[in-house]
Amino acid sequence: MSASAQIVSIPDASNNAAPMRAARVPTDWKGDAMRRRIAGRYAAERRFRRIGLGAVLLSAGFLAFLLISMMSSGLKGFTRTEIALPIDFVHSPILIDPAALKMGNPQMVLANANLPATIADAARKAFGAKGDDLLSQGALVAVRKAIIANPAMLTGEAVIRVPASEGVDVAAKGEGTAANEAAVAQLKKTGALTTGFNWQFITASDGTDPTQVGVWGALKGSLLTMGITLLLSFPIGVFSALYLEEYAPRNRWTDLIEVSINNLAAVPSIIFGLLGLAIFLNMWNLPRSAPLVGGMTLALMTMPVIVIAGRNAIKAVPPSIRDAALGIGASPIQVVFHHVLPLALPGILTGTIIGMARALGETAPLLMIGMRAFIASPPGGIVDPATVLPVQIFLWSDEVGRGFIEKTSAAIIVLLLFLLTMNGLAIYLRNRFEKRW
Amino acid sequence: MIVLIVLGLSLVGWIVARARAMRLQSQVGRLATNSRPSQHGWYVALWTAIPALLFLAVWASVMPALVTDTVLATPEAQSLPTDGFARSSILGEAQAIANGRQTSAFNPGSQALVEPYRDAISRYGVIGAVLAAILAFAGGAYAFSRVSPAFKARSRIERLVMFSLLLASLIAILTTAGIVLSLLFESMRFFSMVNPIDFLFGTKWSPQSAALGYGNKDAFGAVPLFWGTVFIGAIIAMVVAIPLGLMSAIYLTQYAKPQVRKWMKPILEMLAGVPTVVYGYFAALTIAPALRDFAVSIGISGASSESALAAGLVMGVMIIPFVSSMADDSIAAVPQAMRDGSLAMGATTSETIRKVLIPAALPGVVGGVLLAVSRAIGETMIVVMAAGLAANLTLNPFSSVTTVTTQMVQLLTGDQEFDSAKTLAAFALGLVLFVVTLLLNIVALRVVKKYREAYE
Repeated sequence: MSASAQIVSIPDASNNAAPMRAARVPTDWKGDAMRRRIAGRYAAERRFRRIGLGAVLLSAGFLAFLLISMMSSGLKGFTRTEIALPIDFVHSPILIDPAALKMGNPQMVLANANLPATIADAARKAFGAKGDDLLSQGALVAVRKAIIANPAMLTGEAVIRVPASEGVDVAAKGEGTAANEAAVAQLKKTGALTTGFNWQFITASDGTDPTQVGVWGALKGSLLTMGITLLLSFPIGVFSALYLEEYAPRNRWTDLIEVSINNLAAVPSIIFGLLGLAIFLNMWNLPRSAPLVGGMTLALMTMPVIVIAGRNAIKAVPPSIRDAALGIGASPIQVVFHHVLPLALPGILTGTIIGMARALGETAPLLMIGMRAFIASPPGGIVDPATVLPVQIFLWSDEVGRGFIEKTSAAIIVLLLFLLTMNGLAIYLRNRFEKRW
Repeated sequence: MIVLIVLGLSLVGWIVARARAMRLQSQVGRLATNSRPSQHGWYVALWTAIPALLFLAVWASVMPALVTDTVLATPEAQSLPTDGFARSSILGEAQAIANGRQTSAFNPGSQALVEPYRDAISRYGVIGAVLAAILAFAGGAYAFSRVSPAFKARSRIERLVMFSLLLASLIAILTTAGIVLSLLFESMRFFSMVNPIDFLFGTKWSPQSAALGYGNKDAFGAVPLFWGTVFIGAIIAMVVAIPLGLMSAIYLTQYAKPQVRKWMKPILEMLAGVPTVVYGYFAALTIAPALRDFAVSIGISGASSESALAAGLVMGVMIIPFVSSMADDSIAAVPQAMRDGSLAMGATTSETIRKVLIPAALPGVVGGVLLAVSRAIGETMIVVMAAGLAANLTLNPFSSVTTVTTQMVQLLTGDQEFDSAKTLAAFALGLVLFVVTLLLNIVALRVVKKYREAYE
């Protein structure tokens, strides 16, 4: 019916169109208008392409800006300004027999020896009336260490390099107040000012004086927390992945497990902190701000990542391997544990490392379970109060002292180095061991 | 200590059972045995370890109550005050000293109780250890008596392995249930103090005043927080992330040479790997002051050093890789024939992208954007460090706004009792956040899935 109608309509249509067709001229591709049009289209093409390139470069540029600004302010955090302090032990208020140091506990002997006054006197003598303000609290530690290393110096005069105060330190790095700048200029003239690598930043913990703080306490807390996270999330994650991929019957329960794993992967991290607070702390009464609780909370967050990565890795093992193993009489458990799991392991490990890297940089859930306390000594075990590297960064970023800015950036560099190492390891594992069938 | 003994026993069980099974095997021949010797060994070892360890776990949880009961029955405990709080603080201190966690007592009453505590702890410790050891022996002996050529040790072990696999995968459900239940439970307690309508639609947020005792009526209106969250996470961040992410994906998939793509893609993905606390510090230290100076120089009032714009901009940069990889996937899923068709008609590459690829990939891109929004509104550290605490209901991006996650951190990081409306409000906010992100994810996944099916 419709076909015949079309046929009938053709002459009609051609009659109507005839005048139009006569008016239509073939497109003049060489004509001005057309050239302009084509040029315009090509210009739009170039513009579009440039916008795309610009977007990529802008994103990468932002990353570079971030890293460079962290580097430039953070690298200063790894150095410290030291002042060469001449101390005349003979004419000082200190009175210790070098022999007493050899017997008994030298720290105890020195603690009772009125060293702070000695140092303050020496500083005033060397650098003027306000000389003792130039030194940091760490000067005491440095002098003690020097005396223990060489007790003979107590009978004479010695020059000991001690850390400078926060103000001098910041001024020597170029951002201090006018008064401190002047002091630095004077010290430089006499050659008393030197810059050394700040080992204390690696070995010390949190403190109130920015010249004395270090990341070791936070780093140890992070390592303990990550250890707990790995111990919990890796077996659970791998077992769930194996179960879901290899054995799970298709029923409502399995669907429920899958849905909850996929949802957990998308739940904001701070919600896991609330879970840790409500269940681990308030219900089970586990210790606050301990690596144990932090690790458990982060494990719940990391587990879905491992499950999803593990399932993909297990899925990639070809079925022929399973069939071959079953064919020579292996039980389903043996098939999986002797053949599938070893082949899938590189993929699972890659996913695990990526999940662990995410957990290492995570801050919010740990704030919820109280890991933001001021903790000045590294944790001794998994139930001791501890802090972790990202939380330490957060705490330092809240400090008002100028000297904390570079320490925060330096801690960020340490954190980024760890993350870079972990991600590098993941990429290496993927490239080295992953097989494609 | 006792755990090590149990594990040692189970190792002994493994060795003995394996030896016996090997002897049996050599008597009857390999083919007549059902399981390998080491499987018999594992069977005995597991029977030795698991019941004993389970018992120890149960014992560890009931022992404190038993110890306290025993101590209370001693003559020294008769002088304890009857007042509940003083009583429990003395008991707690005595317990801490007895365990060696504390060296000296602040409370004179607790010193007398240290000895009874020590006695009771060591007595119950010994009882538990002996019972665990007996259980380990009994389990091991029972399992060992079953070692015989026909015994199916292998299938028994495999059943246990299977059970533990199932148990591991149930943890995911338990976690989800734990999140939902704890959020619901604590929110219910909050809503028994504060009317849900006031919470969801009130426009005045000042939990501090509630804590100071001015009542809960006007203190917990969460609308300024919801607005701040949407303003930063769904508007400012997306204004940055959608164009940059989409154009980056287009450039890298359609224009860039393979070498460039190989290098630039991981570099862009590094943006998602930078910890959020680093972004937060960067936003607070570098971006926010620059934006405030800029705002002041062009004469915008209300400019603050903690601005919505700084937090939103940095968050947008963090989100770029998410948008970019979702766009990448959905553009790659458009059938090649559509692209070829468009190019064959004479369209330029950019015309093909704008008029064919993007419209075809739009559902996938929209899904990706929804996922990105859900990630942005749940993001915490950037807004905590850069967005500020003032609950403003404002459209000015240079002023300070606060978000749901910021306030959750703020409410829970102080030392106050856990029952106050102020702390419980954090759980109510968490519930809202959880529900919203869940809905966004479900919608996004459905959109993406539906669209994938259309082309397959």
